[in-house]
Amino acid sequence: MTPAYSSRELLIATIADLLDGVRHVAVGASSPIPAAGAMLLRARNEANGRDDVRISILGSQQHNFFTNGGVELFDCAAQGRIDAFFLGGGQIDGQANINLLGTGSYPRNDVRWPGCFGSAFLYFLVPRVILFREEHTRRVLVDKVDFVSAAGMTKGVVRRGGPYALLTNRALFSFDRTRGRFVLRSLHRRSTAAEVRANTGFDYDSPADPPPTPGPDAATLAVLRGRVTQELAETYSQFAAMLLGERDAQQT
Amino acid sequence: MTEVVSLERLARQIRSGMKIAVPADYCGVAMAATAAIIAHRPENLHLVCVPVSGMQGDMLIGEGLVGTLETSAVTLGEAGGAPRFVDGVRTGAFHLMDATCPAIHSGLIAAQKGVPFLPIRGILGSDLLETRTDWRIIDNPFAENDPIVIVPAIHPDIALFHAPEADRFGNVRVGRRRELLTMAHAAKATLVTVERLSDTSLLRDESSAAGVLPALYVDRIAVAARGAWPLGLWGEYPPDNAEIARYAAMARTPEGFGAYMDTFARRWREAA
Repeated sequence: MTPAYSSRELLIATIADLLDGVRHVAVGASSPIPAAGAMLLRARNEANGRDDVRISILGSQQHNFFTNGGVELFDCAAQGRIDAFFLGGGQIDGQANINLLGTGSYPRNDVRWPGCFGSAFLYFLVPRVILFREEHTRRVLVDKVDFVSAAGMTKGVVRRGGPYALLTNRALFSFDRTRGRFVLRSLHRRSTAAEVRANTGFDYDSPADPPPTPGPDAATLAVLRGRVTQELAETYSQFAAMLLGERDAQQT
Repeated sequence: MTEVVSLERLARQIRSGMKIAVPADYCGVAMAATAAIIAHRPENLHLVCVPVSGMQGDMLIGEGLVGTLETSAVTLGEAGGAPRFVDGVRTGAFHLMDATCPAIHSGLIAAQKGVPFLPIRGILGSDLLETRTDWRIIDNPFAENDPIVIVPAIHPDIALFHAPEADRFGNVRVGRRRELLTMAHAAKATLVTVERLSDTSLLRDESSAAGVLPALYVDRIAVAARGAWPLGLWGEYPPDNAEIARYAAMARTPEGFGAYMDTFARRWREAA
């Protein structure tokens, strides 16, 4: 029997699964769920005697070993030393282009978001980029982004990095780089294939009967609720407190 | 020679039309100096955010002092979007040069090395290449079929930041925030505010000398205790999140922003 788990715990456990096999994962600022997924993978690998996982969390003292300033993450990625990274976006389209800049036309956008950050660079150079955006609506998952901050595909250009998966609060997609299309991999509990289709603004491939996203098993949940929550508290104290609250709610 | 001056005199080095490089919120932002700059109102500044900005950029924009904004993002982090920046974009209040973080680092590194441009991986396929007509794509001259982006050197007139400590000879501790070195090397002049001044040379101890910006690059230093507040300073104090949230809420309207800035100015005047 699968134990009771929260939606956040499912996302964290799914991220840990998506990261399986990486040696070095970098996590951007203000990304507690990806950071938790990376920490879960590290703890699990340690418990199972598998390869060590190195995690660089930007904005953390304890989980950041860079000594060459802000440029080192980018240099590290360009040297091929970072295997996985996370990107989000106010808009994500069917070709896995992401928009972190705004809606409408540049420069006087209707809605302006902070900006592109390092996306235009890292998307090209990090082999396993996981697109993570909890909101799964036609507002976010669009047919065509208004501004390409970073391109999912670049015809005729050899690149090491690019989209690997898209994880939302409804479903998990993988990205087929040869065909340039998302493929629905699994549905989270309580979502249906029809509902995912209705809330996705781009076309994608899907098996006739998509399987459910596997929930975390008891051992995974124990590590997540114990060690990982403690590790998270250093950088994301509010988020760690929220996870603890959810844990208590699941256990009563 | 590095001069130790008052905050006000340091701020007066920044004149209308200058290109000013400032660091990201985690790196040591000269907020007390920002209040002093706002007091003497240089106009049409070209702000280069290394590689992003937050409250400082938002304040300078809100005060109408920014003519050109070169940045990879402006955000108040956990407190949300930068309200004066967003409003300024909507009204077209300044010329925007959107970038991506490593491109700003590369532009400064080119200036540091005295070369006109630097090649940089990635970016291909991004609409940034449409808007940044000063960025080009060339063919790698050493290989076949390898298009690569080049970005021009960024030469700031001034690099401005806040650090924990300087010595009276003008050397400044930057620790592992080495983008501060790059900014200073690239800029014509560097202005630094510090928590404290020490009598002992920071270069005397070999184990810490590597984390020091030597006086060679430093033009003016002013002492400003808690000079990054409400932002934090590495190794010294955390950001005042409640105050940043208060700013984020008040700056949503021009009137609220004005009221916030009045108290902000008064606080620094009284501290000076």
